[in-house]
Amino acid sequence: MAASAAVRSAVGLTQRFVRVSPDCSICPLYRLNACTGATDGFTAPNRRLRTSIGVCQTEDSSSPEEHERVVNVVFIDRSGQRTRVQARVGENALQLAHRHGVDLEGACEASLACSTCHVYVSSEHYEKLPEPEEREDDMLDMAPMLQENSRLGCQIILTPELDGMELTLPKVTRNFYVDGHVPKPH
Amino acid sequence: MSLTVFTQTAQHERFSFHGNVNVGKDVTIDELRQAYHAVVLSYGAEGNRSMGIPGEDLPGVFSAKDFVGWYNGLPCNKELHPDLSCETAVILGQGNVALDVARILLAPVEMLKETDITQNSLEALANSKVRRVLIVGRRGPLQIACTIKELREMVNLPKVRADMLPADFKGIAEVLKDLPRPRKRLTELMMKAVKEGGDDKAEKCWGLRFFRSPVEVLAGADGKRATGIRLALNKLEGSGESARAEVTGQTEDVDCGLIISSIGYKSIPIDPAVPFDPRRAIVPNEMGRVQDTAGLYCSGWVKRGPTGVIATTMNDSFDTARVLIQDMEDGKLDLSVNKPGAKAITALLQTRGVRTVLFSQWEKINAEEEKRGRSLGKPREKLLDVDEMLKIAWS
Repeated sequence: MAASAAVRSAVGLTQRFVRVSPDCSICPLYRLNACTGATDGFTAPNRRLRTSIGVCQTEDSSSPEEHERVVNVVFIDRSGQRTRVQARVGENALQLAHRHGVDLEGACEASLACSTCHVYVSSEHYEKLPEPEEREDDMLDMAPMLQENSRLGCQIILTPELDGMELTLPKVTRNFYVDGHVPKPH
Repeated sequence: MSLTVFTQTAQHERFSFHGNVNVGKDVTIDELRQAYHAVVLSYGAEGNRSMGIPGEDLPGVFSAKDFVGWYNGLPCNKELHPDLSCETAVILGQGNVALDVARILLAPVEMLKETDITQNSLEALANSKVRRVLIVGRRGPLQIACTIKELREMVNLPKVRADMLPADFKGIAEVLKDLPRPRKRLTELMMKAVKEGGDDKAEKCWGLRFFRSPVEVLAGADGKRATGIRLALNKLEGSGESARAEVTGQTEDVDCGLIISSIGYKSIPIDPAVPFDPRRAIVPNEMGRVQDTAGLYCSGWVKRGPTGVIATTMNDSFDTARVLIQDMEDGKLDLSVNKPGAKAITALLQTRGVRTVLFSQWEKINAEEEKRGRSLGKPREKLLDVDEMLKIAWS
């Protein structure tokens, strides 16, 4: 596909990549307007915030110490199997899924260039999420079986008020068959 | 797609990459099938559909494939030298590629400077006199082939205003509410651009033009280069995705010095031994199994035709992989026979004077491009010469 998707996406995607690297949009300091601009040697004014920054700097999977920074989430996979996981405040649902081996595809690595991390959000928690930005809605347009409670997993930032949230993986991926064949569930 | 995902796959112990091999010329598909239990064709669509109109070969007319290849650093397009000294450019086609081309032609140079666009094209674009880009489609606004992300990038381009024809949008507002969400949001964004237009003071403008098909490229008095394009005006029969463009007999001439045809890519046959459907330009297949050829599969654009975004094609590749695994499990692939794999192929290539590039060697090319980019404040500066790439790879 040298002259097609890879080529045409290179300029656009790279542009985006340069702008979001490091990915401030997923950092709780940025979202709470408390970013001092430093990417190492953090001296956050609020001690509670500082501990969750450690999440961005290291990928260790040890559970957080303080109770209020744990967010309980349930992933429901395509076969209905429930997986209870503990999320860290500030991480996004795609990272959370990958940390726990939940099979949520994230083709563009949270750069709002695909819809493969599409999930359904339990309705009472859907209301608590901030409105999607236009770019997320644009990508959701491409997701099959869109519902009122659809969101992109990479844009769901875990906060304490989302405790108990259930994220359901849609049953169908974008399969196209020239002869109209309907795929068997795998 | 992200380099990281590919790199992870490439570093898997059961994965190996052999670059610098021209399949069909350096090694045949039959030779590959002898060496491997299964062969998968995923080579996409590197040809382009031509308009098939008089004047198409005049200087000033380019395929989007070549133009995109030029600014993206494809070695075979580095000598394109498009003349950007005209005021108006016309792009035929309204898919995502057409919108990408328009965006590159009109984006402020400050925006482009931070990307991995080639330095040569950056300089050419910095000196470009192109101020107006028209993106032309055969049918109407409800049939436009681009997706909303790309349209939004045009609408949001700084220092550029939209110049649409309200007449092209007659009757659209009335049917909006019944459209499926993706088409509805896309159409609403177009309507917004019609109404609001953007920054009046902007020097540059872009516009969508509907119900128009190219019939002739016009040359100036000397007949030496394109100076305009003749468009046939269409009317729409039917509605929705299956609406057809019908001729009315009327035409319209547009003055322009740059014409880019973006009407679709096309796969080309890789090897005479592989079945190929020239009408649809794909390898005939059943769910990815190549017709009448056991052990040969295909995925992506060469399987389904050149449409669909990355996620679509990615999922299609997953489907081919599942079909292949299913065939292994069902005994449709004879795994009892031992196959020599890469050992046999690289030995064969060596006798033919072809030296391969391994992934770790490709990584040297990658590292060099990133290194050159750093000094220019870009993610990478692409190497444009294959010999230079090979020298670095094999160093």
